[in-house]
Parts: sequence; structure tokens; C-alpha cells
Amino acid sequence: MSDPMEQFKTVFFEECSELLISLEEGLMELQNGNDDAETMNAVFRAVHSVKGGAGAFGFDRLVAFAHIQETLLDDIRAGDLAIKPEYIEVLLQAYDILNGLVAAAQQDAQVDEDYGADVARAMENIMQNGDAAPSTDSPDKEAAENPVHLFKISFKPHAELFQRANEPHLLIRELGRLGRLAVELDGSDLPDIEEMEAEYAYFSWNFRLVSDSGEDDIREVFEFVEGDCDLEIVDLGPYLSPDDFVDDETAGLFGPDEKPSTAGKIQKKAAETLVSQSIRVELDKVDRLVNMVGELVITQAMLREQGGQLLVEQYPALVQGIEELSRHIRDLQESVMAIRAQPVKSVFSRMPRLVRELTASLGKKARLVMTGEETEVDKTVTERIGDPLMHMIRNSVDHGLESPAERAAAGKDEEGTIHLGAFHRGGRIFIEIEDDGAGIDSAVILKKAIEKDMVSPDANLSDEEIYNLIFMPGFSTAETVTSVSGRGVGMDVVRKNIQGLGGRISLSSTPGKGSKFTMSLPLTLAVMDGMVVDIGGEKYVLPLANIIQTLRPGENDVSSLPDGRKLMMFRDEYISLVPLFDIFDVGDAVQNPCEGLVVVVEGDGGVLMGFMVDDLVNQQQVVIKSLEANYQLVEGISGATILGNGRVSLIIDIATVQEIVAKQYAQPQKFSGETEKSLSPAPTSMEIH
Amino acid sequence: MTTIVTNDSCDDEQVGEKDDSRQYISFNVGKELYAVEITMVREIKGWIPTTSLPNSPEYMRGVINLRGVIVPVFDLRTRFRRGHTEPGKNHVVIIVRLDERTIGILVDAVCDILTISSEEILAVPDQDANPEYSFMEGLVSVAEKMVAIIKPRLLFNMELVPDPQTEPETEAA
Repeated sequence: MSDPMEQFKTVFFEECSELLISLEEGLMELQNGNDDAETMNAVFRAVHSVKGGAGAFGFDRLVAFAHIQETLLDDIRAGDLAIKPEYIEVLLQAYDILNGLVAAAQQDAQVDEDYGADVARAMENIMQNGDAAPSTDSPDKEAAENPVHLFKISFKPHAELFQRANEPHLLIRELGRLGRLAVELDGSDLPDIEEMEAEYAYFSWNFRLVSDSGEDDIREVFEFVEGDCDLEIVDLGPYLSPDDFVDDETAGLFGPDEKPSTAGKIQKKAAETLVSQSIRVELDKVDRLVNMVGELVITQAMLREQGGQLLVEQYPALVQGIEELSRHIRDLQESVMAIRAQPVKSVFSRMPRLVRELTASLGKKARLVMTGEETEVDKTVTERIGDPLMHMIRNSVDHGLESPAERAAAGKDEEGTIHLGAFHRGGRIFIEIEDDGAGIDSAVILKKAIEKDMVSPDANLSDEEIYNLIFMPGFSTAETVTSVSGRGVGMDVVRKNIQGLGGRISLSSTPGKGSKFTMSLPLTLAVMDGMVVDIGGEKYVLPLANIIQTLRPGENDVSSLPDGRKLMMFRDEYISLVPLFDIFDVGDAVQNPCEGLVVVVEGDGGVLMGFMVDDLVNQQQVVIKSLEANYQLVEGISGATILGNGRVSLIIDIATVQEIVAKQYAQPQKFSGETEKSLSPAPTSMEIH
Repeated sequence: MTTIVTNDSCDDEQVGEKDDSRQYISFNVGKELYAVEITMVREIKGWIPTTSLPNSPEYMRGVINLRGVIVPVFDLRTRFRRGHTEPGKNHVVIIVRLDERTIGILVDAVCDILTISSEEILAVPDQDANPEYSFMEGLVSVAEKMVAIIKPRLLFNMELVPDPQTEPETEAA
């Protein structure tokens, strides 16, 4: 940061990301029909500011593109051009390009010569052809050029539609993409609440759509629900002027925002304030807040522990107060975490470019479909999943997808599809990368792993376990090292990165159909739900998200292998029992699983393990503290936390414990029956026996 | 190695009659006296039970919660291969700040605050010959007793220090 210019650049890019957000919001407003002067100005200003800043730093491509976009917006703003849905479509595309150019400038990346050229041309066309349109109120000319029709659509879903997990609002959104849409909900079939069946469909909808698409295009929207609804589409003929639209028999349908009435203005005002209701806060301040809340969570755990000993009859208000405090603190903590939360869009948005570049350089055809970009996760997570994600996408395009010729030969669409999706489930964020390529043959992986001496030839592995081998260090299935994937970074690094975030990653694949990477990550790195367990008087914390079940096995459920390993029957499967007291070198622990408890946890790749503990203590939220800040990383431990009694407790890192166990049993053991001490503190003792 | 220009201290915080004199906190482990520069010391705490860390050197006694921060505590006696401290309520932990890290040093008791000028600090004999002694800044004589001034940074640097446990001479306390 010695270069002051660098600092200005950082500020510029920060501003850019804000400007781009407001640009997008503005365009969405326009798409919804709110084309008042203020929205237009906001959109124009955003592009103008990006251009201005870019000029100062000499980002010529960015300036050139923003200039065209700005000119078009200026024409619209000045009333020289009437805004039309197609324009907004082009403007949205231009927004994507602008976003890409900003990202490229930020990363100092090269941009293809023709990047955005088609959109730029489209914008220029609009300006040239649209110049003739004198004022805002007569789009007749354009209407004559494009056969814009008014459609009346009635849509009545049956109960089956919902049972098949279709969502009317998605269909309606899709319909809205075809043109201007007015929606009217018909709730006349709605019975009294007593007679209502939860699983029955009572609502139907009437739409009026102004679009240049044909009836077939409209039918296509409902393609998947055809049998499950009553659908009627009537073409009311060419749509001439906005007056036709509102003076129709269902005039009120289009709502106040369609008409330039005062009511419309008020609504627009409200939308505007919503947009501007954000402030810029330094990350440091937010982090201080996060830390404070962390302390509060600990204090609250202490109070709860103390309060638990009080007699409710004696101090009813106090006990209740502590309960309420707990609830409020949890809410507070969630709200504070939400401040740090960011949509994964900030990472996902880098991927389309990557796919474009990759397909171009590899001579493949691929389409990137993204879903759930709005899914939010902690800023640290979004910052740190970028590289692993890019690596996996690279992997999917390079190794996953076949060449167009191979795809055609296999009877597939020449253009492959990569689906990048994010969603929340069970307090974690899941990110999936799925391709419809050749898939991975588990036999090939296994063969390779055996060749590389990573598994023994007689090992009996499940498909899942085999797929997990690709995350092992030194494993690479690529026959030839290409410039794309062969960068010396293997999937093991990807897994390390993900694990570093407390996440997990797995791979599944169907040969011929494609493969899918699934990663799950915690929503925040500061707090997690944990189960406090007792091992020999020491308290350890297990991440609740990994716990499947806790049980006390009977004598008959536990058996031993000759190497000293203990197994337990769980859900018709033998799972390894992990002696945590041994791994963590705790004396005085319950050694017999039948006298203590076994916590069944899910490790990497869905492998189940039985963690032997003495007892469960309680379940609580724990604040994750770093051990490395003042000490160093400890194997098998992901961090520490402070319990209600003020004592430090260690958080067990299930994935590394799994590795420790695997390492321990991978070596041939030559001891005689006694409890193995292969992981005593001194690393040198590993070689002793 | 015998110069007293340490990296940690803020020079303007120096207290003393002469410019080059510094203050040190002395403490004892058994009969032996040691001292660290006072500007490094953040606080002195009575012993509280630690949470032991698995797979750590024996002189690493575990971690404590110091107002929400996880601080490792090292046993100076074990570090000097004098056995294992059985801490009671009279034992103290000296919390020391080293650059970005905060650590605790378990000692028997804190003795005094000493003001020592640079001339009073004597070289450690044969120090260069034994890299293990590099943690000693020098020796001073106070009331006819020798006090070793130590540099905690080198004392508990994981890369430099071998795990005493692996060496045979570990004796019981």
C-alpha cells in the first residue's frame, strides 16, 4: 500500500460495487415500471460516476463502455427516447458487462476484444433508431415494428401443481420477463377458514401481458404445469398505447405505478427511501460489535448456568429474566451477524466470465446457470470461497464436460451446462457445482489410487469413499496436465481451504450423466451451535451440525478388529469407534464405550464415526476463539471457546480427527493387545512401536 | 547478544534515573531468580486452572481465559527442565505481551521490581557456544544473588525450542 494511487483505487472499487448495486436496483425499478425522473437520475448517476472514476485510473475499456451506456441513459432521461421493456433488457445486459469490466479492472485482468461489443451495438442501435421517437407518450412507431400484443391469461392451479413442488410465483416471475405484466389474484374460491383444506389450491390468477412474444412463448412458461392447472390465453390483438392498457375493462389492474398519477409518485418515493436506507460502516466497527456480542453470549451462558441452580419458586422473575435475556441475546447475535452477511452473488458474479474464458480456451461449449445468488453468508466466507469455487468450476469445465463432438456423439446437447447453486439448510450454506458432463468412473479413481499406493488393493470402499479420494493430496485424474487445471493446485488444497472455514466438501457422480460437488459451510465463523461433552473431566465441544445421534451401545453392539480398532453396529453398518481420550491424551476417561456414550458424527464425505465420550454436558451456542492468535494450531482442534464457568473449552475439529484416525490405522500396527498410544504428545513416539 | 537494546520496549516509557536504565520484574522458580523487562508485562495473575491442550509440549500447561482472550500458559520450571510445577494458590502467572502474542508464564512468586542500568548487566559465560541459552539477555547481581534476565520471546518459540519431554533428563518435581 505504499502507492497512494493503490489506496485511491481501493476506494474507487468500493464505490463501484455500491454504484453497481444501486444501478441494478434502479434498473429493476425501471423494469417494474417506475420510470420516474428520480430513478432515471439515479441510474444515470451511477453509470456516470463509474465512468468518471474509471477515467481517472485509465481503465479505457470501462470508460468506453460506460460512455455508450451513459449516453443512452441520458437520452432516455432527457425524454428523447421513450423507455421500453426491450431497452431495460439491454440496459440490464449492459449492467452485467459493466460489472464484468469493473471486476476485470480490479483484478488487472485482460478482457476479450469483443467483450460487451454486442451489447454496446444494441445500445447504439436503440439510440439511432429511437431518435425519431419525439416524446414519451407515443411508442406507436416501435409498436408497429414489433408486433406487441395484449394477452389475457387466466391461470388456475390445481392442488397437484403444489404437490409437485411448483411455485406459482416463479411462473409469474417468468411470465413477467416476457413483457409488461399486470397480475390480479382471484381469491373468490377461498372458503371460510374452518372449511379450508391445507393442501388444496384455492387461488387463481388473471394476467394481462403486453409482450412481443407469441402465444407459444407464453404457453412455454407453463409447460411443466400443463396438466396441473386450467390455463386460458386470449390474444386481444395488437397493443397500441398505454391508454388502451388501462382503459380496458380491468383498468384498475395495473395499479397506481403504471399511471403517472400522484399515487404512483408516492409509491416511488417509498421505494427510493428504501434504496437509500443504508450506511457505510467500517468493517472494524462491525467486528468490534461482533466481539462484544460474543462476550455477551459467554456472560449469558454464565448467568444461565448460575441461574439454573436457583429455585424458580423463590426467584421467579430472576429466572424468567435470565430466560428472556438468553432469547434476546440470540436475536441480537443473529442481527449482528446479519450485518456481516453478504449475498454469495459477490463471488458467483466472477464465475460467468471464468466459464466464458475457459470454454473459449478449451474449445468447449458451456452455459453457466446460477441459482440462489442472493443467499447470504458471512463476509469472511464469501471472501475465502472464491478461489476454491473457481478451482472447482475450472475442474468441471476442463475435466467434467466433454468436447462438443463427444457430447454430440453421446446424444447430448453440444453445449454443456454447469449449475452453480447456493441455498441455506440447517443453519449452513450449501453450494453445489453440478455439470452434465461425462461423470467420473469410480473404478478409474480406485485404480489410480491403488497405483499411487493411497489405498490397499483389497480395500472395500463405497462409491462415496472412492470419490473422496480425489481430495487426497497428490491425486489428480487428469490424463494430461492442461494449462487450465494443471496448476499444481489439487483438490486437496480446495478441501483444505473449505475445511479452514469449518466447511465440508464431497463429490458425487454418475458416469455419463455428470458430477456434482457439494460443499457446506457455516454461516458465520464467529459463533456456532455446539454440544459440550465430558471426556475424563475435560470439557470439549462438538459442532452440533455434525452430530447424528448419541447412544450408549450394548456389549453386543461393539466388536474389535485385530488391529485394536473398535467397531460399533449403527444403522446396519459398522462404524469406527474413535477413542477421543486417546487422541487428546486425557487420563481418567471412560475407556469402555458401553459405560460411556458414543456420539455418532458425520465426518468428511458422509463417513460416520462413533466418538467415545464420558457424558454429554449440554447444548449451547459457543463463541469461536482462536488458539492460533496467541499460541498455534493444535491438531484435531479447530478453536476454543469459553464456557459459562469461565473455563476454556476446546472445539473438536471432526475432519482432522478423521484424518488422525485414518493415519493411525493406515500404518501396519505391531503391538500386542494393549491400548495403543500411537498419538501421545511427542511426535517422535509415532515411530517407536 | 549481551546488548540490552531489546525490541519490545517503548523507549519513551523508560523509568529511571539514568537514560539507559530499565525496570525489570524479578520472580523466582525454586531458589533461582529471573527477571523480565517491565514494559512487556501486562499483568500478574494468581494461578487459575488451565485447559490442557492435546499433543503439546509438556511445558505448555494449557490455556486460560483472560477476559475473553485465549492465552497459553507455559511452565517455566518445566521449560528449564526442573520438573513440573504443582501450582497452588500462591503461584502466579505473569502475562507477557510479545509483539502480537500474549502469553502467560507460570512461576512460583514475583519478588521485586528492579531498576538496572546497562552497565550492571553482565554477559552470560559461553552463551554463544550454546544456542539454548540465547533466551538469556544477561545476568545481574542483586543483593548478592544472581538474577537472569530472560527474553520470553525466545524462551517459548516453538520452532527453536525442542520439546523437553523427548529428552531423557526430565525429572519428577
